[in-house]
Amino acid sequence: MKITQISVFLENRQGRLYDVCSLLGNNNVNIRALTIAETESFGVLRIVVDKSDAAIRLLRDNQFVANFTDVIAIEVPDKPGGLASILKVLAENEVNIEYMYGFVEKFSDKALLVMRFEDMDFAQQILAKHNVHVVAEKDIQGL
Amino acid sequence: MADVPFWNREIETAERSRLQELQLQRLKTIVGTGATADDVFQNMMTYGLFTGGLGLHYGAERVGMTVIPIGGGNTKRQIQTMKDFQTTVVHITPSYLLHIHSRMDEDGICRKDLALRKAFIGAEPHSENTRRKLQDLLQIDAYNSYGLSELNGPGVAFECVCKKDMHLWEDSYIAEVIDSQTGEVLRDGQEGELVLTNLVRRAMPTLRYHTRDLAFLYPEGCDCGRTHRRLSRILGRTDDMLIINGVNVFPSQIEEKIMKIPEVATNYQIYIDKKGALDRLTVKVEIYPKLFLGEVAKLEALRNKIREELQASITIAPVVELHEPGSLPVFEGKAKRVVDKRPKD
Repeated sequence: MKITQISVFLENRQGRLYDVCSLLGNNNVNIRALTIAETESFGVLRIVVDKSDAAIRLLRDNQFVANFTDVIAIEVPDKPGGLASILKVLAENEVNIEYMYGFVEKFSDKALLVMRFEDMDFAQQILAKHNVHVVAEKDIQGL
Repeated sequence: MADVPFWNREIETAERSRLQELQLQRLKTIVGTGATADDVFQNMMTYGLFTGGLGLHYGAERVGMTVIPIGGGNTKRQIQTMKDFQTTVVHITPSYLLHIHSRMDEDGICRKDLALRKAFIGAEPHSENTRRKLQDLLQIDAYNSYGLSELNGPGVAFECVCKKDMHLWEDSYIAEVIDSQTGEVLRDGQEGELVLTNLVRRAMPTLRYHTRDLAFLYPEGCDCGRTHRRLSRILGRTDDMLIINGVNVFPSQIEEKIMKIPEVATNYQIYIDKKGALDRLTVKVEIYPKLFLGEVAKLEALRNKIREELQASITIAPVVELHEPGSLPVFEGKAKRVVDKRPKD
């Protein structure tokens, strides 16, 4: 079960990140998870928000280059070794992770992570097969 | 046995002797600066298709100097070679020579480790101030050099020991200065476009070739006694051609490449500034929103692709910057795509 992440291209210019966050903030969009991938010359902001469609419209109307990307929200035991146990399953089954980052809130008592995989469908199969709990889009919006 | 090839002294063709004429021209050019067979010549201009490399190489060999065909780039190696071979004469762009000087400290090499006495500088416009600076910093004599590939290469005009602008070899070229709007031939001393006609070449006759370089010819003679008229420093261009670290680049070459890359929109900017002593070319492009999928690796790959495509066309590798759509200036009418922040010294 995939959820929606928004990726935003950030030129290497002062205040660009602030521009994005204030735009979303002023329009009542709440960021639930975020990370920035940077290179020497630009960045890509990745966010999971509570109102994806509204957010992407806002961004595009304000001249931001933004797009949807599918990711998966995975629950991970919230204790030392919790993440490692999930990664073991993935590694043993040759599932490649492109990137991951954490949510601000939890869905249950477990830690909640965003992950993007090289092969999203295959990853979902493996996760399901090993009973790794994945959180649905509708539940993310309620966080 | 029939058809076995043997070299025959009579195979000397007309064209070979033309090449020898060129070598003689460069020979006398080099000798005019006071360089001799005892000198060690490090030819730091690019070899290959660029005429600046092999052009002066052959001339220097005729003089009888030791010629090091090192070509361009690899600053560390250039400096080490100057020390190891005790180079006395270099052929180089003035900006690269300044850059070399700024890097000597890093490699723990100081002026007294070197034996430099002369530099032949050219391929890019530079001022009298730049020449004096090079002479002071390196304690050498620096001679200005003018040439163009269409007219054989280096040594079309070159300074003598007086260093008061360059003697244009009028036994090899007819030089005229014209008003590029009207075509009228101007008097000596008047600034206009240099037009050259080649006298000693057959393979590619060049009659009244518009160099697009702005300059003037001196009416007066030179203290050295030569009557070949002197050509002033090049004062500019009649077209939009750029010279970046000695390499000629037309903005249209860059435009043509960018238009062919589907991932970038058609708004772009060519930005030139200085990084230390060297010129730096940056091409700024706007990305197409539709093609942005959020992957950093793909964007980096795009940047590299643009860089490589441009390098294949203009031979130098520019810095490529990806920008958001709408962030580069848009112009109505004729776009001012080139921003040149290099100080005009």
